[in-house]
Amino acid sequence: MQLSVPSDRQAFTRDAYGDALAELGARRPEVVVLDADLSGSTKTSVFGKKFPERFFNVGVSEADLMCTASGLARSGKIPYASTFAVFGAGKAWEMIRQAIAYPGLRVRIVLSHAGVTVGEDGASHQMLEDLALMRALPGMTVIVPADAAETRQAVLGTVDVPGPVYIRLSRNKTPVFLPDSYEFRLGRATVLRDGSDVSLIACGQLVYPALLAADLLQRDGIRARVLNMSTLKPLDREAVQACAQETGRIVTLEEHNIYGGLAEAVARALVETHPAPLHAIAVQDRFGLSGTADELLDYFGFTPQKIADETRKFLKATPA
Amino acid sequence: MDETARRIRGRLVDMSHRAKTPHLASALSCVDILVAAYWGVLRIDPALPQDPDRDRFILSKGHAATALYATLAQRGFFDPALLDSFAADGSPLAEHPAPRCAPGVELATGSLGHGLPVGLGIALGCRLLHRSYRVFVVMSDGECNEGSVWEAALLAAAHRLDRLCIVIDYNKWQATARSNETMALSPLREKWQAFGWEAVEVDGHDPAALLEAMGGVPHPSGRPRAIVAHTVKGKGVSFMEDDNNWHYRVPTAEEVRRAKEELGLA
Repeated sequence: MQLSVPSDRQAFTRDAYGDALAELGARRPEVVVLDADLSGSTKTSVFGKKFPERFFNVGVSEADLMCTASGLARSGKIPYASTFAVFGAGKAWEMIRQAIAYPGLRVRIVLSHAGVTVGEDGASHQMLEDLALMRALPGMTVIVPADAAETRQAVLGTVDVPGPVYIRLSRNKTPVFLPDSYEFRLGRATVLRDGSDVSLIACGQLVYPALLAADLLQRDGIRARVLNMSTLKPLDREAVQACAQETGRIVTLEEHNIYGGLAEAVARALVETHPAPLHAIAVQDRFGLSGTADELLDYFGFTPQKIADETRKFLKATPA
Repeated sequence: MDETARRIRGRLVDMSHRAKTPHLASALSCVDILVAAYWGVLRIDPALPQDPDRDRFILSKGHAATALYATLAQRGFFDPALLDSFAADGSPLAEHPAPRCAPGVELATGSLGHGLPVGLGIALGCRLLHRSYRVFVVMSDGECNEGSVWEAALLAAAHRLDRLCIVIDYNKWQATARSNETMALSPLREKWQAFGWEAVEVDGHDPAALLEAMGGVPHPSGRPRAIVAHTVKGKGVSFMEDDNNWHYRVPTAEEVRRAKEELGLA
């Protein structure tokens, strides 16, 4: 796979979302979009400008956002409901549970500004628990695209999934590095780089630094496999099993609290298929803090150098 | 209608006794509203419960599910014999309505504050689809404690959703206390009026008044309609009326007998 690593191109996943929505809107008249007064940030405004009659700003009312989307789905529409992850997955979780997940409705919940890379807004806005909350809902599909190109594919590719779908997006610009030939497949992980000593299983914007970390490890003769686990649920258990069988040790990477996200999903798959040592690179059960996105990525150990260092330590502590 | 309401009330007493389930007084309180809706207002065909043009009826106070089940059965949506299985192992009729649990049940309810905003979405969908069905949502007064109710109140008014109508079963009680002592609900009609709704107050046990208020949807003003229906919790059984113990209490066999006698069903 010809990756652009390092990449000289950056883009917002939320821009890709807005453009994908507009593209969908032109093709699918049943697509409607709702936002809780943050459309300029979530980029649903791109759709709103093109299709004002199918766009609803419900105001700063996240409970209503989810319930109204539920009502529209019951009328045969395909609603996309967006706001920031902390408000959508946090404040409105019970509405998602009762009004969307319980009846299994075709609502797409696409929330931006997840993770510490929200930056200066600080911990109040840095959603680090959404993957746990959304994974816990029966029948909810959970997707964290790795870059803008995958975001577009994930949005377009899940429009007809029968039940509810959650897609997690970021605030900051992130490298665009997946090749043109890359194909998002729901529920399938993609091996972006092969290796036999350790597997780095990452999601979202940590896939890219995982690839750079693999380059650093290579210099020490450590061959790291890198997986893009963009679908957290349903999880690609076969890919996890193959990593355990073929590389032995596993490192997971997620911009999320260590509880309830990728690490625990992978850990369960490992225990149930092919037990292997796992090291989780994640936020260590704490809230975020204010800073620039780059400062915070460094502070929380998400830079290529720190990922490589952690991986080396882990490999030393768990000899093959 | 009076006869129908009395028979439904009798069923509710039986169902609560047999299944040993609470919320009997909450169910009794809204029976006349449901009877007026299902026999005099809703454009529905029990043989076509999924008709895309049907009026939608949502019982947002899902804890009064027995009232909805008994009404739907009586109206011909399903065999009344199914009511005997209420809350039993394997029955589709649970204490709170589940999704698609029985013909005519539009929404899984039980968590308060969901029916109105979901109904709002259905009414928006109706407009987008250029259809003419109406959406009726029955809520409890205690339910008006929920913030989501007022989010939806603001949004529905902004969109002038004139095909959306709420009926508040204003029985002056919530689970553990007087509703007006718990939160300052009163004056309730004026609140909805101030939120941009066409709001009226009626006697929630007077079929004619209910028919007139619900029948006038959509209102010529173009606003969503709020009907504040003054009711008595436990209505129809003297020893349950306005006694909040019956929010949770289950009637004994003797109490069932007395209730049936009062309802003229003995």
